Amino acid sequence: MLVSLKWLRDYVDCSLPPEEIAEKLTMAGLEVESVSPAGPDFSGVVVARIESVNPHPNADRLSLCEVTTGDKGYRVVCGAQNIGAGDVVPLARVGAVIPGGYTIRHSTIRGEASEGMLCSEEELGIGNDATGIMQLDRSLPLGEDLQRALDLEDVVLDVAVTPNRPDCLSMLGIAREVALLTGADLRYPDSSCDEAGEDIHGTTSVEIQSPRLCPRYTARLVRNVHVGSSPSWMRVRLEAVGLRSINNVVDVTNFVMMEYGQPLHAFDFSFLEEGRIVVRGASEGEEFQSLDEKVHTLAKDTLMICDGIKPVAIAGIMGGLNSEVRDATDTILLESAYFNPTSIRKAARTMGMSTDAAFRFERGVDPGGVIPALNRAARLMAELSGGSVAKGHIDEYPREIVPPAAITLRIKKAEEILGLSLDASRIQQVLRHLEMTVHDEGDGILRVTPPTFRGDVTREIDLVEEIARIEGYDTIPVTLPPLAPPSAEDDDRDEQIDSVIKNALTGLGYMEVIHYSFTSPESSRLLGFPESHESWKFVTIENPLTEDTSVMRTNLVYGLLGSMRRNMNAGNSDLKFFEAGKIFIRTETGKLPRETKRIAGLLTGARFERSWRFQEETSDFYDMKGCLETLFEALSIEAVRFDPDPTVPFLHPGRSASVFFGNNRAGVVGEVHPDVLARMDLPQTAFVFELDQDALINAASLRRRFREIPRFPAVARDVAFLVDRNITADQLCSPILNAGEELLESVHVFDVYCGSSVPKDMKSLALRFTYRSPSKTLADNDVGDVHHRIVDEIIRASGAKVRGMD
Amino acid sequence: MKAALENLEREALSEIGKAADKDEFLAIRTRYLGRKGLLTGLLRKLKEVPPDERPLLGNLSNRIKERIAGAIDAALEEWETRSRTDRLQQDALDVTLPGRTVQYGTLHPITQTTAEICSIFAKLGFSVVEGPEVELDYYNFEALNIPKDHPARDMQDTFYIAGDTVLRTHTSPVQVRTMEQQRPPVRILSPGKVYRPDSDVSHTPMFHQVEGLMVDRNVTFADLKGVLQYFLHYMFGADRPLRFRPSFFPFTEPSAEVDIQCVMCGGRGCRVCGHSGWIEILGCGMVDPAVYSNVQYDPEEFSGFAFGLGVERIAMLTLGISDIRLFFENDRRFLAQF
Repeated sequence: MLVSLKWLRDYVDCSLPPEEIAEKLTMAGLEVESVSPAGPDFSGVVVARIESVNPHPNADRLSLCEVTTGDKGYRVVCGAQNIGAGDVVPLARVGAVIPGGYTIRHSTIRGEASEGMLCSEEELGIGNDATGIMQLDRSLPLGEDLQRALDLEDVVLDVAVTPNRPDCLSMLGIAREVALLTGADLRYPDSSCDEAGEDIHGTTSVEIQSPRLCPRYTARLVRNVHVGSSPSWMRVRLEAVGLRSINNVVDVTNFVMMEYGQPLHAFDFSFLEEGRIVVRGASEGEEFQSLDEKVHTLAKDTLMICDGIKPVAIAGIMGGLNSEVRDATDTILLESAYFNPTSIRKAARTMGMSTDAAFRFERGVDPGGVIPALNRAARLMAELSGGSVAKGHIDEYPREIVPPAAITLRIKKAEEILGLSLDASRIQQVLRHLEMTVHDEGDGILRVTPPTFRGDVTREIDLVEEIARIEGYDTIPVTLPPLAPPSAEDDDRDEQIDSVIKNALTGLGYMEVIHYSFTSPESSRLLGFPESHESWKFVTIENPLTEDTSVMRTNLVYGLLGSMRRNMNAGNSDLKFFEAGKIFIRTETGKLPRETKRIAGLLTGARFERSWRFQEETSDFYDMKGCLETLFEALSIEAVRFDPDPTVPFLHPGRSASVFFGNNRAGVVGEVHPDVLARMDLPQTAFVFELDQDALINAASLRRRFREIPRFPAVARDVAFLVDRNITADQLCSPILNAGEELLESVHVFDVYCGSSVPKDMKSLALRFTYRSPSKTLADNDVGDVHHRIVDEIIRASGAKVRGMD
Repeated sequence: MKAALENLEREALSEIGKAADKDEFLAIRTRYLGRKGLLTGLLRKLKEVPPDERPLLGNLSNRIKERIAGAIDAALEEWETRSRTDRLQQDALDVTLPGRTVQYGTLHPITQTTAEICSIFAKLGFSVVEGPEVELDYYNFEALNIPKDHPARDMQDTFYIAGDTVLRTHTSPVQVRTMEQQRPPVRILSPGKVYRPDSDVSHTPMFHQVEGLMVDRNVTFADLKGVLQYFLHYMFGADRPLRFRPSFFPFTEPSAEVDIQCVMCGGRGCRVCGHSGWIEILGCGMVDPAVYSNVQYDPEEFSGFAFGLGVERIAMLTLGISDIRLFFENDRRFLAQF
């Protein structure tokens, strides 16, 4: 909320510099977000008197004015008609700057020199009267800077009022805090009215049909008003806090709303059919045009202020065009009401109308301030518009707004919560300053009744907060709670494994990326998932920022490919990325989706950073697979299997594998399908993996066991097998590994060849068999038997031939 | 004869002095000392010398033989030393060329900052708990004393999934879920992703929070100040001024915002701190009794505090990043810096 210090000083004598006031408010929970000078945006404009006005020799509509600032005369060409000798007016001299950034210069207009410009209100940004030169009070000192002469200089504080403090959405509320924090006195404005003429009850009536939504509606009549512009003192105050001056009736309602925090509305009484007010719910589909000229189709039961026939305002939100105050308005019906906060909030949100009035009603206005604001506004309206306030006021109050109840405050409890020793008499003083009623019941117990404007204070803890707030949080000591290590039973295995995974992947050169969890519903189509796949079971956001971020992701790969494209566009084509995060799958049962943690990686471009020392090599499937193998080794995961899997839609069918830990499928790895690359506009191939993090956690073992280091040497035998090209290395090796030959320590592929010396459709797989005994050095003939048995078994099982032995 | 022997020695030593490589040394040895060599040839003539002179001449020839052989060996050794040195010289590398590095990967700055925050609180006995990111309205709002249609909901714009599910706007629901499961004492941290519909230089629709909760007997606001001061001094330096000022959160009372003195300008006022000299770093407060009543804790028996901080904000301050969106653009040139 914007707070004009000039306006604030109408209620509290506070001579502290603006920054100090801001600091005090901030440290009391009313954060001041900015302190800025305010006032109309002009400089170099002074008070001048017109000495003579003569016609311009060369232009009918212009005149030549001689003006004086007391010590110096100026000759100014002017086009306005409302001036004559003796008038005191604003003079923008040469060099003055007026709103819009215009600098006044020496000029010659139709052959006559002009040494400045006489200004209208509108040209100076003080008001909206553009019809003629602004007429100043003739008693103002000539030559005085106009800002100073009119007391236009001001400082505005932007206060962030938290939702619990609607009482501070007003000048009086802020003034009350400033008074409390500085020890200054608070002055309430004059809300007494001189009443005249027929009693309001003889002219109009108010009927409330929805007392739950409108517990209280008060009204006054102001007759014989003359609608015109507001005086400068009111306009500058309204404009300083961001409100536009409209006329001397509407401005009063806004002024008093800002003053008391009580929104008001002024109806042109002549437009109220049957001359009465009915507060009721709207009928379904009823149409209504509000003051901003928008037409609303009303939902049933939207609370409306109506006359005898039709709606004339949306209760607590905005008035209607049909009863707007106009230039010819003669009689005003002034409304000051209390509406149910929740229903105003609902209606304002549904209709998308967050007005100043709704903002205050939905936070709760002061039930005790309804009548004072009504009276204050009636008084000001009569004063400014020359009208008279009708006798009496209407106060329909069908449902009591529960007054704040007395609260028991245990000083000991307050001390326990704050960790601070409190002085009982000092506390009473603070609470009374907050306009609370305090009864000391003895034994450190106080009975405290908050004022009506503090609807947020209902419990002991609320009082504790008030005490802490006013005493200052800096008076509370700083202590550390006693040592309490987490229980040794706490299981942080998941966290440990998470860090092993991240260390392994960064060690392998992979950079961690983080993508938004929301994505495009197109993602599953672009990755080629059939619509039956669970990747299409999107969790959909009702109010997304964009269509591209309207569903929760169902995989991580899509995000990685997106980052690949962005990085390639930026000239980075060698990438190793990984991401750890959740995916979200909508479930048919249960309100919440299934959230699963995944780890995914992407590899594309050169294998090594380009350098003089490495040949340029492009990464391939085996780099990506090797990354996973290293990761699994870091996690001590055994029994890992990579099964060819042509069914993963976003992977090249011949270059993809499912990863198994034992019988559990943990995820996939492979080369991105060329169709996906094309659809996603990716210019080079990439390799990806995506794994289920729980599968990794379940299979990992953090503690390792020592194995005896072999004491006897190993014997190696190499054999190259010629096999059908479709036979996998696993197919060749697994039968013998499963056969459980005791002496066979390991088998590994040391060469794969398919070229000119190998028949078409065949390949050569060269295996190294390593034999070792735990109890002796193996002799040639010890190995020979086993080795022959194994080679024969491979030949038998796979149809392989041993190369060079046809 | 004697003269001939001495002459032969002179010639041999002279040849050794002139010889340049191993082959020449070996050739000299063969020519002079070999079985058919010059010295052997001379010694054959020893028969023609009177017998009484023979021992003397024999002796002389032996010494000459040893001297020649010794000179050749010495020359060979010297030659070998020299040629090994020459060979090493030729193998010299340009040691200024760049080495063969393995490019190390990096953890995302958000991950690093989260880990740093958690490790500081871990020293005070806080352990990490996680929860769902798509959350029930109940846990995200109602159980935290934020009823439907309450203005406090305006404090956190929300992504809605369906009637009563939302993308969590803070990680506080984890606190409620934990308290439902566990009796005090509770000391937990809940780090994770949170979501609010907002997007500009200082807001992204997804960001990260770490929230903490401590509930036990006799926990005071002074303890809250102590724990957060410990953390902030650890994170931003032990002499960094900080201030607690009153604020409002529906789930804590009394509530506070904590500011640290601006890390950019040292409190003089700059663009980063909006010329106030202070930077808002976290929100906190004593857990509101209304929250306890939702998890069947007795506020007369237990008290506690909660706090929440934005990881991006802290990372931006510690790493000097001015645009929050950089965190999620995943530009390699950005990531490689951390």
